[in-house]
Amino acid sequence: MTLAPPSDQLTVDASGRRRSRRGSGRPAGRAFARNPIGYLFVSPYALLTIAFGIIPSLYAVLLAFTNADGGFAGFDNFTKVVGDFRFWPAVFHVTTYLLIWLLALVVFVVGLALVVHAVSVRWVSTTLRFVYYLPGALAGASSVLLWLFVLDPTASPVSGLLSAMGFDSFVQVIQPGHLPAIFAIIAFWTGAGGWIIIMYGALNNISTDVIEAARIDGANAVQIALRIQLPMLRKWVAYMGVMSLAAGTQLFVEPQLLSQASNAVVPNDYSLNQLAYQYAFQQNDFNGAAAISLILLVVALLLSWAFVTRGGLFEKE
Amino acid sequence: MVGIHTLVRSRRKASTVAVMCAATALLTLAGCGGQGSSANGPHGFPEAKQEASSTITVWVDADRQAAAKAFQKANPDTKIKVVTYDGSANGSNSFRTKVQLFDRAGSGWPDVVFSSQNNDAAWASQKSGGKQAFAAVLDKGLVPKDTLSNFTQGSLNPCTVDGRVYCLRNDLAQAVLWYDKSLLEQFGYAVPTTWEEYQALGEKVAKEHPGYIIGTAGDAWTPEVFMWASKCQANDAPGPKSLTVKTDSTECKRAASMLDALRQNGTVPVVSVFTPEFLKKYSGKVLMMPGPAWYAGAIFNNPQSLNVPAGRLGVAAPLPWKGEDKAVTGNVGGGTWFISSHSKNLKAAEKFVQFVTTADDYQVNVAPGYPAYAPAAQKWIAKQEASKYYATPLQPVVTAASQVWDGWGYPTFSQEAIWAKTMTPGITGGKSIADLLPTWQKAIENQAKVNGYAVK
Repeated sequence: MTLAPPSDQLTVDASGRRRSRRGSGRPAGRAFARNPIGYLFVSPYALLTIAFGIIPSLYAVLLAFTNADGGFAGFDNFTKVVGDFRFWPAVFHVTTYLLIWLLALVVFVVGLALVVHAVSVRWVSTTLRFVYYLPGALAGASSVLLWLFVLDPTASPVSGLLSAMGFDSFVQVIQPGHLPAIFAIIAFWTGAGGWIIIMYGALNNISTDVIEAARIDGANAVQIALRIQLPMLRKWVAYMGVMSLAAGTQLFVEPQLLSQASNAVVPNDYSLNQLAYQYAFQQNDFNGAAAISLILLVVALLLSWAFVTRGGLFEKE
Repeated sequence: MVGIHTLVRSRRKASTVAVMCAATALLTLAGCGGQGSSANGPHGFPEAKQEASSTITVWVDADRQAAAKAFQKANPDTKIKVVTYDGSANGSNSFRTKVQLFDRAGSGWPDVVFSSQNNDAAWASQKSGGKQAFAAVLDKGLVPKDTLSNFTQGSLNPCTVDGRVYCLRNDLAQAVLWYDKSLLEQFGYAVPTTWEEYQALGEKVAKEHPGYIIGTAGDAWTPEVFMWASKCQANDAPGPKSLTVKTDSTECKRAASMLDALRQNGTVPVVSVFTPEFLKKYSGKVLMMPGPAWYAGAIFNNPQSLNVPAGRLGVAAPLPWKGEDKAVTGNVGGGTWFISSHSKNLKAAEKFVQFVTTADDYQVNVAPGYPAYAPAAQKWIAKQEASKYYATPLQPVVTAASQVWDGWGYPTFSQEAIWAKTMTPGITGGKSIADLLPTWQKAIENQAKVNGYAVK
């Protein structure tokens, strides 16, 4: 980090000159030229992304197309991991999980945000927002640990509910068929609150003039929600979809911890990311692990692209 | 916002950690050329240049910190740096994970490692990605022959690959038959002498004293306690890279149908002994329990667990099957100590490992488990008997120590994980073990193949 300021200075100068030479008419270029300090603000992020995002990714590409001795392997690593008996079950697991989770996220987050927004009593609204947000403060692994207790009928605060559903032991709760739903519930519980706040903010951005006009035209609260607010939230829903998809395809912490806590009844190769981890550290096959990571990257990119284009994320009004 | 971002970040972290570590390895690759190792050292592996008084780094789990402390007390002149890690327990596999990263980085290996697993010699004895094997060969002069031959017969099997010894065993975990002597007398039952009698007893208990149990089959080591002791050939590793799996034999089927019958009548429930559920339902109701030697301290004589009062717990030798003259038994864990072949102070490392496995200061006075080193084991047993906790002599534990069946091997992957993943959910879902035997076979074969084993 000590090297950063001088090198930034250089880029700022060089690009600043370039910008001023050709882009005289463009406001964006001018803005940057006027505020070279912007580059300085961006630089820590850019440097860290290069060091811990882009270079490792490139290294993964290199690994995925080479063998253990460093020779070119073509698509051998890919055919190997796709042919692995654990690959397709993992794909299936992650897909089911994603479907349940994304659907729940879109429906409940938008629904709850609309409800909270419609609440006119101020303290109720703020309290609800705070409560929704609270679980999100317990991030990642710690929230999973909490769920380990919730899911164990002998220790759970909701053991009555679990036994009403016919579960008397932890192992019954974590039957393979239940896992996608369980992971979706955990992820929803930890992540949804933050999104509700964001959606709430987005709803606040909708001009009161528009709502007022709709109301004068005779629309009731439900009609306003469906015809006015929902279409205007489209970009935000798409944004939530993209972010959650990226996180969801990388399902790792939940199954990994549950696997250790259940003494491997939840398999340690449940998700694709776990399988990559198994390849790297159980089988000492970093090339295979890199191949799985690349497949994940490509799939996530394609799906994100679909979300972005369908959701009109980059369209200007 | 914070919530969402940390969520995204923590997910992503998992996948990038691997890549980041790999990247670090790339950066340090330049520095790993000159290790100054000779092609073949005096002890059967290429040694690093030795520095007589250098500090050795020792990795132990929380329980084995006492071993390091005992060593420091007895050998204040030898400098050691103690690092605590999870002991590779519960399938975390961190020992192997870390060594593979050190292999890629070309430096950083600890000198001595304790592992709570039995399947580490299988990989640590092998070259990996062109790097020399992590584990030092111990039986070519590094550890004296006399020391090695004093280990309980068969106890070094998990450490032995292709006839060479790569680690020393800390403790043994031979399965024996624990029973509640007072309850047994109260009910008027005799201790069974064969598995058939054991099953018959279970059927009787189910009728006469429902709610009492004579064992459990809910833990991942169920195959090790029952299948292994029945000579079920599910895990036979004749060579370092070959595995024989045959779960359709009579030996496998008899154990499976016994477990099925006893599960159905409720005397061997599918519940893990380390769950609150087990304590809630079965405290005071454990009539009998086949299980490893360490059950005594971990379950019976543990205030947090069953807390059986002194003078009740008895132990019987492993049961044979009818018509077989010699009983065999299974084994559930038992730690191992490794010396790094990269160590710059092999002498100190050897001194440490020899101390913690053989010295009375640790193995007899401090260690909770049954020592693998036979002379220490005798003294340890005497000490346990002197505590007056047990209702019977502990000789059966000693007998069982050398009865561990050698037809069950120690491959790189975990049989416990396979059982937990494929069998436990199936059994919980209502299927019988006998019906699941082919599924088990397939799962073992698949796991063996992706780990580079030739399956027969």
